Amino acid sequence: MNERLFKNTSVLSKLILRRDRLRFILWILGISVLTIATAVAFPDLYRTATERQQLAETMVNPAMTAMVGQGYGLDNYTYGAMMAHQMLGMTALLVGLMNVLLVTRHTRLDEEDGRTEMIGALPVGRLSPLASSLTVMLGVNFSLALMIGWGLYATGIESLDLNGSLLYGSAIGSIGLFFAGTTALFAQLSDNSRGTVGFSIALLGIAYLIRAIGDVSNETLSWLSPFGWILGSEAYVNNYWWPIILTLGVAIALVGIALYLNVIRDLGGGFLPSKPGRSNASPFLQSPLGLAFRLQRTGFIAWVAGVFVMAASYGSVLGDTDTLIADVEMMMEFMEPVEGAALTDQFITMLMVVMAILASIPTLMMILKLKGEEKNHRTEHVYSLAVSRQKLLASYLSVSIFTSIVMLVASAIGMGSIGVVVIESDITLGTFFSSSLVYLPALWMMTSFAVLLIGWAPKYTGLTWLYLGFSFVVVYLGGLFQFPDWISSLTPFSHVPDLPVEEVNLFTLIIMTVIAIFITALGFVGYGRRDIQG
Amino acid sequence: MRVLSTKGLTKKFGQFTALNGVDLDVNKGEVFGFIGPNGAGKSTTIRVLLGILKATKGKATIFELDAWKDAVEIHKRIAYVPGDVTLWPNLTGGEVIDLFVKLRGTNHKSKREELIRKFKLDPTKKCRTYSKGNRQKVALIAAFSSEADLYILDEPTSGLDPLMERVFQECVLEAKQDGKSILLSSHILSEVERLCDRVGIIREGEIIESGTLDELRHLTRTQLQVETSKPIANLSNIDGVHNIEKQERSVTFQVDSEKLEDVIKHISMFGVTKLESSPPTLEDLFMRHYEGDDRTLKPGDGGKS
Repeated sequence: MNERLFKNTSVLSKLILRRDRLRFILWILGISVLTIATAVAFPDLYRTATERQQLAETMVNPAMTAMVGQGYGLDNYTYGAMMAHQMLGMTALLVGLMNVLLVTRHTRLDEEDGRTEMIGALPVGRLSPLASSLTVMLGVNFSLALMIGWGLYATGIESLDLNGSLLYGSAIGSIGLFFAGTTALFAQLSDNSRGTVGFSIALLGIAYLIRAIGDVSNETLSWLSPFGWILGSEAYVNNYWWPIILTLGVAIALVGIALYLNVIRDLGGGFLPSKPGRSNASPFLQSPLGLAFRLQRTGFIAWVAGVFVMAASYGSVLGDTDTLIADVEMMMEFMEPVEGAALTDQFITMLMVVMAILASIPTLMMILKLKGEEKNHRTEHVYSLAVSRQKLLASYLSVSIFTSIVMLVASAIGMGSIGVVVIESDITLGTFFSSSLVYLPALWMMTSFAVLLIGWAPKYTGLTWLYLGFSFVVVYLGGLFQFPDWISSLTPFSHVPDLPVEEVNLFTLIIMTVIAIFITALGFVGYGRRDIQG
Repeated sequence: MRVLSTKGLTKKFGQFTALNGVDLDVNKGEVFGFIGPNGAGKSTTIRVLLGILKATKGKATIFELDAWKDAVEIHKRIAYVPGDVTLWPNLTGGEVIDLFVKLRGTNHKSKREELIRKFKLDPTKKCRTYSKGNRQKVALIAAFSSEADLYILDEPTSGLDPLMERVFQECVLEAKQDGKSILLSSHILSEVERLCDRVGIIREGEIIESGTLDELRHLTRTQLQVETSKPIANLSNIDGVHNIEKQERSVTFQVDSEKLEDVIKHISMFGVTKLESSPPTLEDLFMRHYEGDDRTLKPGDGGKS
């Protein structure tokens, strides 16, 4: 029995570890460091019990509760209670995402690419590929739980005791395994990797949403979501272990169902019917522009939603700006107060630049897609048709510019529609629009940089991301690090007038746009002259 | 009339010379076979012809237009099928066909449906679910539903089953009857033999042979199997006889085509009871150029050895 189903599972597990050891290490380290660094930062940010108690009061509003959870131990807001309130839910969401991506990669994606078939032709058990992926994920989540648990305890911060820290780590590890299980299940149900990721992330989002609605309105509802379970462990406050056992139990059940379905199905098959697609292309698709947009439609929609939600959550804290910032010395260092400007306005400018950098990501993805298409030998088809280099590049550029506008509009509406409600002064939605859209020339300069690289140095298009990362560090942490002016001036984002604190400087914006157009034109020249790689 | 022509076409990738002075001509209404092993430069030549790569030296023209500068104008009248068809995983086969046909500019609606039926393709499936052969069908249907004057086909049948390969051959011959020209790169030599009027052989970036199949055969050897009443004396000393293999009663050997007459005269003295001759296949031709550089001729030497 075991021979037939599980032979060579351990060898396959080692293969997975060998293939993705760096990926696993980066995920585990990244999440652990994020958690521990936050814990270490808390005592500097909130030095006294009074400061912590003030924070607890600002945290109790529906927007915050929806975002991070209802929180426990709010009347005695220790550093531990703060971690479990502000960090645990968000980290769990991230760990869920990690499990969705990793499990899909080692189950349905391997099957889709034909690797599972080759493995299956060797003397391995029928369940070995799936079982080996899940074994590895058990190890990954377990390591993560231990790293976080012991790491938090090792900080030596008061109230981060051993039992609470291990419970915090276990909460993260157990919800990781829960989503490893759901993804393994969807990998059996759907017959392709996009579907597996799609369904799993949808479930992840719905589970978080149920918890959010439940926490705000009806607590029983929260207990329908695994996020409600692990937050209900009340780590560092009451330290209940049973919700962790519940989560693990459900995870094991999910894995059991996934294994069963894996045995009874055919390789390459799924249980959800794949509905036939269109047999003819819509008129919209039949142009290079339509193609460029259609290929990225799903990503585009997801980014609009993501930017909107992010902006809305920023908007929800705007009402508490004064208490949030004035009480916290470190925040003042971030912001460098400007004479005569309201703190709220200043806070908006800081949030706007963060949103603009976030909006740059999809904007750049849309243009860099052309490079990916080339690498995958798909531009070759298009260029064998009556399509010029200029036309195809211009199509991707148009999608990118369109994206930049939509993202900044989404950001303005997201932050503004909630901001105007929670802020007590008479700020209007128009202020949010102008503060957001003023970053358009900066986004276009980023795009032009990408076009330049696509035209002249397609191997180095990755530099675009480095440049964006640099920009983020300069504008977001610039106040903290005190960079010399010439370094700050290297990123387009630092030249954008800080609305609504500063005046609109049309001249600067026009110059930026002209530079963007010039660099883009240069990129077009290069693209028209070089060999297409694929 | 020349439809496609290259003169001294050279393409270098850094230090590596992929094409070294390729001369190629395809005439109107003919099927030109472009053969050579992997890495010889077939696909590079085709990509230069498509204006995807820029030639380092030399000229490439299609319809008397420059392949690089006038690429878009040229592409309105050509159809291309690559050997390794990669498609967009989230579009259906039908959508890709429509997109290709539309971007080329010409449309043949009825042809599309007919070809989908002939090639037995399900156009409602997403491309990610297609096998290699099905992806090739998508590209072939898109190519043959276009009103092109020149078809550039780069190993288009490597994933097709024998039935579908026959459908493909019908499509090529039909296009030829309509006066279209076809550049067919392939290493399925039987296919080239059946379809092509003229053939060019490329090796290491140089065209080492080109002409009609008959012309090429003249340059090569005929296989003879002879049974004689008396053993043939001195066979190995005759000029132009190669690869002698003696069986129990018969002897098999190859003869350079231009020496055939001398050889026949010689063997007729020994009382021929049975004589079988077979023409060299394209495969023999091809193999002679590629089997061990030491053994065979240098490029351009033809059949003399």
